[in-house]
Amino acid sequence: MSWFDRPASDTQITHGSRLWLYGLGVLVLAFLALPTLIVIPMSFSQSQYLEFPPRQWSLRWYEAYFSSQSWMAATATSLKAGICTALLATPVGTLAAYGLHVSRLRFTGVVILALLTPTIVPVILVGIALFYAFVQLKMVNSFLGIVLAHTVLAVPIVMMIVGSALKSFDLDQERVARSLGATRTQAFLQVTMPQISFAIVTSALLSFLTSFDEVVVSLFVSGGDNSTLTRAMFMALRDQIDPTIAAISTIMIVLTSVLLAASQMLGKAKD
Amino acid sequence: MRSAADPGEREAAVAAPLASPSGKALPIAVRRLSKAYGAVSVLDDVDLDVRPGEFLTLLGPSGSGKTTLLMAIAGFLRPDKGSIRFGEREVVRLAPHKREIGMVFQNYALFPHMDVARNVGFPLRLRRVPATEIARRVEAALEMFQLGGYGGRSINQLSGGQRQRVALARAIVFEPRIILMDEPLSALDKQLRERMQIELRQLHDRLGTTTVYVTHDQREALTMSDRIAVLDRGRIARIDTPRAIYDQPGSRFVAEFIGESSFLDVEIVDGVCRAAGSVVRAPKIPAGQGRCVMMLRPERLRILDGSETEAMNRFDGKVQSAIYQGDTLLLQLVLADGSQVGLRMATRGDDAEPPASGSPIAVGIAVGDTVLLADEGRART
Amino acid sequence: MSALGLSVAGEVVDDFHAAALRRDHWRERLGLAALAAPALLLVTVTVLLPVGWLFGLSFFDDAGAPSLEHYRRMLAEPSYGRTFRTTFEISLATTAICILLGYPLAYFLSQLPRRAANLCMIAVLLPFWTSLLVRTYAWLVLLQRSGLINTWGMQLGLWSEPLQLVHNVGGTLIGMVHIMLPFLVLPLYGTMRAIDRDMLRAASSLGSTPAHGFWSVFFPLSLPGLAAGSALVFVLCLGFYVTPAMLGGGKVTMVSNRIANDIELFFNWGAASALGVVLLVITLVVLVLTARLSRGAGLFGGGH
Repeated sequence: MSWFDRPASDTQITHGSRLWLYGLGVLVLAFLALPTLIVIPMSFSQSQYLEFPPRQWSLRWYEAYFSSQSWMAATATSLKAGICTALLATPVGTLAAYGLHVSRLRFTGVVILALLTPTIVPVILVGIALFYAFVQLKMVNSFLGIVLAHTVLAVPIVMMIVGSALKSFDLDQERVARSLGATRTQAFLQVTMPQISFAIVTSALLSFLTSFDEVVVSLFVSGGDNSTLTRAMFMALRDQIDPTIAAISTIMIVLTSVLLAASQMLGKAKD
Repeated sequence: MRSAADPGEREAAVAAPLASPSGKALPIAVRRLSKAYGAVSVLDDVDLDVRPGEFLTLLGPSGSGKTTLLMAIAGFLRPDKGSIRFGEREVVRLAPHKREIGMVFQNYALFPHMDVARNVGFPLRLRRVPATEIARRVEAALEMFQLGGYGGRSINQLSGGQRQRVALARAIVFEPRIILMDEPLSALDKQLRERMQIELRQLHDRLGTTTVYVTHDQREALTMSDRIAVLDRGRIARIDTPRAIYDQPGSRFVAEFIGESSFLDVEIVDGVCRAAGSVVRAPKIPAGQGRCVMMLRPERLRILDGSETEAMNRFDGKVQSAIYQGDTLLLQLVLADGSQVGLRMATRGDDAEPPASGSPIAVGIAVGDTVLLADEGRART
Repeated sequence: MSALGLSVAGEVVDDFHAAALRRDHWRERLGLAALAAPALLLVTVTVLLPVGWLFGLSFFDDAGAPSLEHYRRMLAEPSYGRTFRTTFEISLATTAICILLGYPLAYFLSQLPRRAANLCMIAVLLPFWTSLLVRTYAWLVLLQRSGLINTWGMQLGLWSEPLQLVHNVGGTLIGMVHIMLPFLVLPLYGTMRAIDRDMLRAASSLGSTPAHGFWSVFFPLSLPGLAAGSALVFVLCLGFYVTPAMLGGGKVTMVSNRIANDIELFFNWGAASALGVVLLVITLVVLVLTARLSRGAGLFGGGH
């Protein structure tokens, strides 16, 4: 019996009669993955028009990026903001997820809803609302403003990831630790946290990415010396298709891949 | 597993020791303990005394409040009111980590991110016992449970029974004055469970620590306990030794919950009791009612062959079916008034054929064994 | 023990600690809930209060007097109507295309062995976490007049003149579908994986053809995931800004773009706020309706 005639699922359909599905699936996957990946070889093109495949390879656009003071400043701002966001959002979100999970008060539903509003409210509204608030507080274009804005966007992500890890965690372990002489804090730090550390690290990585990739809010609250990389890219793209951005995109894709791979490896190492 | 170090000296290093003048074992005194969720009362003014060094089992159907009571003693459930004393000390408002209890959970709750030795050493590390002392005591505790040399194993490498033993070792390694167990054997298969029941009881005899044990398995309770407290809807229905509870359950609920039993309706007219067409005599008759029920344990019921020397209550009926169960033969009988009762007798190699279905039979129970209970009119739950 | 004889360190406790226990209870619960306080404070200060203030702002005219002027103008001026129509059309079209592409993809992934499916999921997850800007930029490069698609199309002889593929509605749709597709596929795939294979075996053993088994068993069971994913995509599309701004070439004005323009070009906070309020209300209505409908049909198992 060839592969084509073999049953492909529990409904006895054969692989042969399902080829269309496999074809379509692969095509859609290609549609998702390829456009982004194709930017990588193009960024090494010598030409202004970013040919594919490049007729002449060069590091021209990378040189342009690394030698530009404004690009470097924007990159530094984004990296710093990303790190600060991760450092702030991870503990704040983890504590909230833990507190709400353990306390089981009647109003936790309302609190969770309130904490998830940044994901429900259209981001443009968050952007202009923050812009106005920061104008009043004289925090427009300030680094602190960017970090606070990005943190509020990252906290729901941390809460969802840590919250779902806590759901599959057996709270009897904390109870047994406390009966054996641990305070609540000790029980959390020595028993619970090591077992949800994967979720915590993952949420820290994703908080960083959330901040690093964020565009709309940054457009409104960052600027001047504290422009983020995404804001600078968006501004540059308004005028023309700057090939330097292909180089920056490549770097961002690599960074994202590395962070996601790292979180995957952590997950594997944990098992 | 007494440590070589002077216990008094060790005690001084332990935070908030619950020293009692009588030594190791502490009594537990629970008074007026109540807990309600909205209108539902899960603990209803419970009073309970656990004697020093006693193995006391809380037994009851699910929802009877047995686990709630245990969790309140452990400190994980805050009652609405009441008093809990360990020895002289009031602990009802004390945080769990200050109560110095060894606790074993149903699912063991071993820490998967620590190996066996670190699991068992966990309570000692919290008490800042020196590392060499920890290593020694952990190994001693493991050896006590035939787990010597298992310290480096990861939890995932252990079988169910081994996990159970690690959880026990962890609960006793810091020599708590009180041990609480919440259905610790329910996850094990039948054979292992029966072996662990004996082992746990032997452990208790060796340590002499006051132990409160929760189970819904009446046979387990009978096997292990010094005393059993039967809980029903947030109240203690009966507390006594296994033998006393089995023989004199005091209420139909307890009789139904502990052991097998059939019940016959009894009518009392002028102090004369009648059940299933026969006059019944009993050492004690519940006062003040025209009706009650008679408890018939299957193994106390006998086939009458005229050789009985003691006074018997006799019933006539027919054999409905005979079920061979290996160690015993169970006869299901229909009595003259149509009520059904079971009779159990030990099997032997030279047994004659069991009575055929439909054949008439006369059975009886010694008057001394006859127990009449007030009828609460409650069906078996 | 007498009822009053219970003393703790000399103090007589006649209510068996009831009051103290109640205090302890609330102290502990609130203490735990307080762990959420930093997060709550942050959200309140940076989102709830400012958005609330924006709400208020929309009900005042430019002179600072309370009025419904901004809303009245929204009804009167046809350009607002066009903006809302564009927003709905683009959102609906994006959602529809995402369903057409995403359902087969999720089904395909759910039929693969787990290992292969996880490998393929990388192709879904990587774009999901790659910067929106990078992905939109990629389409810009691919679709521009001298871009890859035009070059290849002309080399293959499919068309002779460079086509206008970007800076229009078509380009915007392509970019938005690309960005939204993972939001549909991820919940849908999760739902499909959770479907008990025994149900299909049962349907098969009861004599249903593969197609009938799919439509009568698998498809209905996958609907909750489809509903959740579609609602999410639609709602996200309603508030989308970056892709229309970059790929629309000024020809596609969605509500978000209009809000940004009102602020950046005209400093018209009142008009922008009113638009924002309407956008938020529509978003919430869609979310609530989806939740209601799903629950009404028992799609979420009735439990939630």
